[in-house]
Amino acid sequence: MDVKAIRQQFPILDQEVNGHPLVYLDSSATSQKPLAVINAVNDYYKQDNSNVHRGVHTLGSRATDKYEGAREKVCQFINADSHAEVIFNRGTTSGINTVASSYARQNLKPGDEVVITPMEHHSNIIPWQQAVKASGATLKYIPLQPDGTIALEDVREVVTSNTKVVAITHVSNVLGTVNPVKEIAKIAHDHDAVIVVDGAQGAPHLKVDVQDLDCDFYALSGHKMCGPTGIGVLYGKKKLLEAMEPFEFGGEMIDFVNLYDSTWKELPWKFEGGTPVIAGAVGLGAAIDFLSEIGMDAITKHEKILADYAMEQMRTIEGINVYGPESRAALVTFNLADVHPHDTATVLDSEGIAVRAGHHCAQPLMRWLDVTATARASFYLYNTKEDVDLLVNGLLKTKEYFGDVYE
Amino acid sequence: MSMNNLDTLYRQVIMDHYKNPRNKGAIDGDTLTVDMNNPTCGDRIELHLQLEGEIVKDVKFEGEGCSISMSSASMMTQAIKGKKLDDALNMSKVFSNMMIGEDVDTEELEDIAALQGVSKFPARIKCATLAWKAMEKGVHEE
Repeated sequence: MDVKAIRQQFPILDQEVNGHPLVYLDSSATSQKPLAVINAVNDYYKQDNSNVHRGVHTLGSRATDKYEGAREKVCQFINADSHAEVIFNRGTTSGINTVASSYARQNLKPGDEVVITPMEHHSNIIPWQQAVKASGATLKYIPLQPDGTIALEDVREVVTSNTKVVAITHVSNVLGTVNPVKEIAKIAHDHDAVIVVDGAQGAPHLKVDVQDLDCDFYALSGHKMCGPTGIGVLYGKKKLLEAMEPFEFGGEMIDFVNLYDSTWKELPWKFEGGTPVIAGAVGLGAAIDFLSEIGMDAITKHEKILADYAMEQMRTIEGINVYGPESRAALVTFNLADVHPHDTATVLDSEGIAVRAGHHCAQPLMRWLDVTATARASFYLYNTKEDVDLLVNGLLKTKEYFGDVYE
Repeated sequence: MSMNNLDTLYRQVIMDHYKNPRNKGAIDGDTLTVDMNNPTCGDRIELHLQLEGEIVKDVKFEGEGCSISMSSASMMTQAIKGKKLDDALNMSKVFSNMMIGEDVDTEELEDIAALQGVSKFPARIKCATLAWKAMEKGVHEE
């Protein structure tokens, strides 16, 4: 993989921040966008902008073709069985909420159980808290191993015949843990439960094959995989989606409207109320082309090299705590002893290095780690080993700086 | 940004308050307690106010957070102890004006003026104002 050539396609990376070349290590929050995506959105607005599925005029057809074309690209990218299973929405949060408020509430009753893990970020906790409150079901947690992984024996212990939904993240945005989704799906299905996968950190970095994983729902965000913000995808198995009631009414999801009752369009439009995020979908389509051309396997391989190198280098820093398992996705969450992550992030920023500091929308996981906040460096296909070196250098400076002022 | 710019943020006096916080702990007896957190980053403060009429008789804080939030809390408690509520609220206003980069009379802020550098770091303003917001909330609830 030619990272130098890839970097040239990301104009934002070519700048100085606070007098230093930008080192962007916050891709888990949002990834940067390649020219191909920026141009696709730009061209769409310049040449084709129109509403979809409505007009009989030429622009309307072009916009519809591009929007539905993007759906086909997503369909192939995640290996869905048909375009009917690919619903465009605002992002992962929106996708999980759709399942929790439509599928789960429809199917949960008192005595039923929803199973999640303490490593979920808020978007894969709160919708389930709300769903069990509304239905009288119970929320249960699969415990974590000390290194922040999940043991399948624990899954077998917690998932029972009362379990109706297992909701789990593909990749933890804090620990970097890659969960055995396929095996967990099998356990869920053995108990007639459905599995919902939070793919926010999975789809950008790993080859996702929803049929091979055999997941029932898979939610992802476009902006974390080189696409625009405001666009996401909920994949769902057709027979499940067909039995679900839509949750947003109006616009594109309508079939016939009578004075006192109405009917819905077929899938996937049943779940796409209002005017959709057309330019966002077009941009996501371009992002998928971009990623596919490089190849997801090549991206995963590159990131694995970065993650291993980062772990190795970070360990050389005295007084650092690195959280999560040895084998991980391309992110490193850590704390420098005695230095609050905000202060770390501010010093790194003064060196042009962008990292995240805070609770990463995973407060229960912060409590599990027994910290209030952490710093996180997350990598993507445009990052290099030099970026890791600059990070380590920045951390040494942080230590030195705070060491001085402390004395 | 050079280390000099960082030095405008992490002034010696700030680090001193971070390392040796003043008025840290709880107050025995009848006090007003305000919990406040910064939900986007997890910093948290529990401010204990003991009011006597219009006077802040005693004030202490507990909590967890970065150097800026904790030193700001330490300085704030030091500054408002023994003051009239109106004066404390007024000081809070001067402080928030300083945070948004307005020219303020830093004389009356004493130590707290050291936090002026935070206004150059927009991402950190919320850290600095946490304790002050807790104080305002407590006084207004009272």
